[in-house]
Amino acid sequence: MTVGSLTHLQTLEAESIHIMREVVAEFRNPVMLYSVGKDSSVMLHLARKAFAPGPLPFSLLHVDTGYKFKEMYEFRDWYAKEIGAKLIVYRNEEAIAAGAHPLKLGVARCCGALKTKALLDALAAGGYDAAMGGARRDEERSRAKERIFSFRDEFGQWDPKSQRPELWDLYNCRIHEGESIRVFPISNWTEMDIWQYIKLENIPIVPLYYAKERPMVKRGTMLIPADDAGNLKPGEVAENVLCRFRTLGCSPCTGAVYSSADNIDDIVAESAIATRSERETRIIDHGSNSMEDKKKEGYF
Amino acid sequence: MNAIDKTIFDAADTELLRFTTAGSVDDGKSTLIGRLLVDTKGVFEDQLDAAKSVEEKKGAKGAHLALLTDGLQAEREQGITIDVAYRYFATPKRKFIIADTPGHEQYTRNMVTGASTAHLAIILIDARKGVLTQSRRHAYISRLLGIPHIVVAINKMDLVDYAQEVFEQIRRDFSEFYSKLGLAGGDITFIPISALEGDMVVERGDKMPWYQGKTLLGKLESAPVTGKINAEDFRFPVQLVSRPQTEELHDFRGYMGRIESGSCRVGDAVTVLPSGLTSRIKEIVTWEGSLQEAFAPMSVTLTLEDERDISRGDMIVHSDNQPRVAKEFDAMLCWMHETPLQPGKKYLIKHATSTVKVMVSALSHRVDINTLEHLPDPGELKMNEIGKVSLKLLKPMACDPYRDNRATGGFIVIDDFTNQTVGAGMIE
Repeated sequence: MTVGSLTHLQTLEAESIHIMREVVAEFRNPVMLYSVGKDSSVMLHLARKAFAPGPLPFSLLHVDTGYKFKEMYEFRDWYAKEIGAKLIVYRNEEAIAAGAHPLKLGVARCCGALKTKALLDALAAGGYDAAMGGARRDEERSRAKERIFSFRDEFGQWDPKSQRPELWDLYNCRIHEGESIRVFPISNWTEMDIWQYIKLENIPIVPLYYAKERPMVKRGTMLIPADDAGNLKPGEVAENVLCRFRTLGCSPCTGAVYSSADNIDDIVAESAIATRSERETRIIDHGSNSMEDKKKEGYF
Repeated sequence: MNAIDKTIFDAADTELLRFTTAGSVDDGKSTLIGRLLVDTKGVFEDQLDAAKSVEEKKGAKGAHLALLTDGLQAEREQGITIDVAYRYFATPKRKFIIADTPGHEQYTRNMVTGASTAHLAIILIDARKGVLTQSRRHAYISRLLGIPHIVVAINKMDLVDYAQEVFEQIRRDFSEFYSKLGLAGGDITFIPISALEGDMVVERGDKMPWYQGKTLLGKLESAPVTGKINAEDFRFPVQLVSRPQTEELHDFRGYMGRIESGSCRVGDAVTVLPSGLTSRIKEIVTWEGSLQEAFAPMSVTLTLEDERDISRGDMIVHSDNQPRVAKEFDAMLCWMHETPLQPGKKYLIKHATSTVKVMVSALSHRVDINTLEHLPDPGELKMNEIGKVSLKLLKPMACDPYRDNRATGGFIVIDDFTNQTVGAGMIE
């Protein structure tokens, strides 16, 4: 490192750390949303750096649908313990008990109950005035327009047409009682930045990101995990496929990609030449209920 | 994977350049951004396919380039751009962040926002139309916001037969206006392009052999990124005081923040403002361990030799290089809210890490950003207007003139009743 020049990853890192410190300085009761995915892993790593040598000054909140992969639960519990973080898990137990499932309710209603409602309820239950999340602007077109500090009204809703102007690195953190701010510290990171940083910093990630032979069902152009019989539609048959996940969500709604990349170097190389976007494997982004609609309702 | 692809993405040590694009839909701004994304492979096939299928329905040639940057539902339905969007792409040399700002409604507000973090501005001019009022507006805002590098991209050269005379005439017209801005310095480059056909954007093309300069991408890849940051003056606004009070760290007292400009070393004599307390830097703490030296824009934690009463909002600076500490200053202000600025009214400003109550004691003139004329005593400042104000602060604040230091010279204005961000200011 020479005086006066940082690499793009060091620049992004410094920005993210600055953002998280602003959150802790300006809000009464912040929380970090932790989804167990690669972006959350990077965000959490940056948070540990931001507050070193001290401990994390906030809890991690996992909004769980009950449909996450087994490997995600194992990783979550191990990693939170490993780094001494306080982990809160929140589930919409009522909807889960009622058997909410995307094949039964449809994707939009299932997401609405298990993710959006659960998130809003969890934030209300904790009385959090700021919730940090690992969304990136390069992921999806409505996210490209969202602020780093994104205002939510008392119903947790996002109004894309009346966002606060965001200039320099001066973030307006002022809210009234009941309102909140969603903060996206890795807004300016791309998928490639995330993988390069995971490699550079040796950040642990869920093994599902690495290629392995897994039981899958082919549905159209999607590869859907078949480890749970509940994910199969009538007539669908599982087969073993060498594949990995580029993004992680709920197992019934997250597709894998054909890949033999079983280590971080190969993943970085594969991401470099990827011709399809990572969100293509996420069923929730498609169909009439777009990410924008869900975000307006309070989705993360 | 071919050799080029591999070098692109194995390089984890490239620099980051932020730029903004100014121009309306008619100037081909969306087409240009689409062209940059497609020709640098900053867009995925599924996204390109989606845009192309819409183009087929609309039947407009090249429309998929502009459609790539379409954002929200209302924008697609109404064919307008609502707000600032951020785009990303990379080449073997650099990573880029584009602040894509719309051309019409609330133009000033959005362009000022996009310009505030940019190292470089691309001002688009339609070769058929030449320098328009809006080109002047774009140049003025770019200079007001202190963007170090300006590229005037003269677009739609394909529609004027790639004629050198057209390019030269626009260059002369723009230069004449630009020299009148009275905002000295800065690097300005003129490039003839066709965003639709791709000439001189990423590829040179063979239509304009008379132009020997860099392509637009070549300029983006070579403009120095350090130009945005003042390298001389060490400014460290304290974000947070770290007192972990754990067993191993029970005496630790660190000041967390980001070095906004300049650099510092262990042992440097420092002054804390506005109090004026002095000490020396004992340690520069990071996750990776202690450093001997650190520089902008690093986020670090400083410890000092002496126990001092320091809190968020204070600024640590070199004792032999101090900014002014003022309770009153003049500033250029861009108003961003439907409710106009009223002289005499109290607002909050957020500057570096401090939030202070201020009164607008005078609004001396408004700038007509189309003619650059100063209009005295405007009475109020409406949304998207820029004017000169005098502010009185409730307590003193350490600050620099914006032209010397963007990080310690810029501030936002907040309405303390609605909590809205209503303005952006640059200290004179």
